Amino acid sequence: MPRAAAPLLGFGRLLRRYGFAIAPEQISSFMQAVTLLGPRSMADIREAALATLAPPPDRRDEFEAHFQSHFYGNTSAVVEGDADEETRIKDNGGADDQRIEAEHSQEGGELSSALEQLSTRDFLRDDDRLTAFRRKLSTALPARRSFRTVRTHSRGKLDLRRSLREIVSADGDVPSPLLRRRQTVPRKLLLLIDVSGSMKLHTADYLKLAHAAVQGADRAEIFTFGTRLTRITTALRIRDRSQALARAAAQVDDWDGGTRMGPTLLAFLSVPRFSSFARGAAIVILSDALERGDHVELEMAMRRLSARAFRLSLATPLAGDPRFRPVTAALRAILPALDDLVDGSSLAGLTDFILSLARPAPAAATIWKRVS
Amino acid sequence: MSGVNAETVATSPEAVAQHLAASRYLADDSLATAIFLAIRLGKPLLLEGAPGVGKTEAAKAIAELLGRDLVRLQCYEGIDAAHALYEWNYQRQLLAIRHAGEHEIDIYDDRFLIARPLLQVLRAPEQRVLLVDEIDRSDHEFEALLLEFLSDFQISIPERGTIRAAAQPIVILTSNRTRELAEALRRRCVYHWIGYPDAEREAAIIMLRAGDVAEATARAVAAAVQTIRARPLAKPPGIAEAVEWANAATILEKGGSPWPEAFRRAIGVLIKDEEDLSYIAPELGRIVDEALV
Repeated sequence: MPRAAAPLLGFGRLLRRYGFAIAPEQISSFMQAVTLLGPRSMADIREAALATLAPPPDRRDEFEAHFQSHFYGNTSAVVEGDADEETRIKDNGGADDQRIEAEHSQEGGELSSALEQLSTRDFLRDDDRLTAFRRKLSTALPARRSFRTVRTHSRGKLDLRRSLREIVSADGDVPSPLLRRRQTVPRKLLLLIDVSGSMKLHTADYLKLAHAAVQGADRAEIFTFGTRLTRITTALRIRDRSQALARAAAQVDDWDGGTRMGPTLLAFLSVPRFSSFARGAAIVILSDALERGDHVELEMAMRRLSARAFRLSLATPLAGDPRFRPVTAALRAILPALDDLVDGSSLAGLTDFILSLARPAPAAATIWKRVS
Repeated sequence: MSGVNAETVATSPEAVAQHLAASRYLADDSLATAIFLAIRLGKPLLLEGAPGVGKTEAAKAIAELLGRDLVRLQCYEGIDAAHALYEWNYQRQLLAIRHAGEHEIDIYDDRFLIARPLLQVLRAPEQRVLLVDEIDRSDHEFEALLLEFLSDFQISIPERGTIRAAAQPIVILTSNRTRELAEALRRRCVYHWIGYPDAEREAAIIMLRAGDVAEATARAVAAAVQTIRARPLAKPPGIAEAVEWANAATILEKGGSPWPEAFRRAIGVLIKDEEDLSYIAPELGRIVDEALV
């Protein structure tokens, strides 16, 4: 092997070490591509690497950083303008967040000790509950008719392809008509988890629930939002829960900060890949919906989500209190867009609610009007 | 359509970019490199990006520069082998069986085989350009079905055996990333992510594509569209919408509307979502004024 090929091979190995799926044929294509391009400059090697090693757009900045460190020895380089910017939005009101974070840090000790006690006491029971939830989820989610067809014994259209095979093998005799019918598939499940300071007590439970959902449902997507929007579905696909949660935790940058629910949900909707996931899905937002400032954007985001979703639900831990009524301006504004406004204070309540999503229920506005 | 030899066109990324420009498609260095590599390595080209950035147009431009026929396979949920590869003409087979009586008959003969786009491409005596559009809309099963085709340019028909390409086609796949594609598919392809162009390139594209739009108008439209795309819209405008906006504003201006007003009145061809329109409306005047400076 020529000596010049060694750094190229080394780059492939480096990427594999950091979890990029690089097949041997991609490495050989990479080397061929470099040869084809000359290479006349380092830019050619970079272009060849991007085209043949095909890093996922979400990990493009990571890929660039590895490229810089491997070929230039620059360990701190991160290239701007990557596609990852579509998944996160930055907070413009940073000053406000600092203030809010400061307020929370004062009561942090008390909060975290309470969390510790709760999770120690309920851990095993929660574990069993989540296991049961994971098992039941794929069959419990609301279903829709797919455009794919499956073989059936009754109520379907004639399956000419299979029937003809039967006719030929039985010398022209068809014992019974062979039919196909449109398949029924579970709807997508989309969980949007608020990780702001005011939800601190619940985020650990919500992430466990999200992990069980990703493991149990055919198609589930999980996002966290606070001041940014972060997609953590890929991390939660790891079967081992502690590993998955550790990886998800590392991806989220805005733990326990402020909330910009309206702008983050609008950012979610403005990325076609994400908003198309919301289409026809059962969407559950786990948040207290305590929007600071103006709620016009939140209202617009909720209306848009509701227009796309099969069912849009808000699970708020505040509803655990029997005195809770949706009286804040933000909640009043978004209530007409919601199909459900339910208690999100306990794992038991939440798992039962998600498993009941296929069952019809009166709109949230009707229920809460009756209550108040 | 009689074509040129792909390797004589793709001598370098710059040559590819020049040929594409002659087909009225402006490609940046990265895209030209990806197209060059796909042609020279003989691999499919996977183009991903937001809707409206010109993925399908790129495929059309590649077909034009090579002087080849473009065969397009539009993907959708539920698409399967019968829609993409081949289908047997069952009615004709049944009739043939009935007519044959006691005689032997091969019901898997060519005359009963309906070739769908992928088989058409393989059987064509000349090299074709195949566009598999919006592969992300199809199911995982269909993606798996494509793997044999994409790696070896062949398909297996159980009744007939394997059919190999007479002339290896140039394959372009596009995806809007509405879902993640399988690793197996990605690694068989040369990959390129098409982003929105910067203002300068977009102005050049508008100049090239729109009818008689002045350069200043194209620049203003490109600048305003960049600002509008930065807002959290449900449907951010693509390049085609920007071109339409420039065209529509020019027509209105010629009809007597002064400049900022012409842009504002033509906004319906740029933003096609009612909520987006009401969201951007209060800011529109300022955005247009700033772009016109």
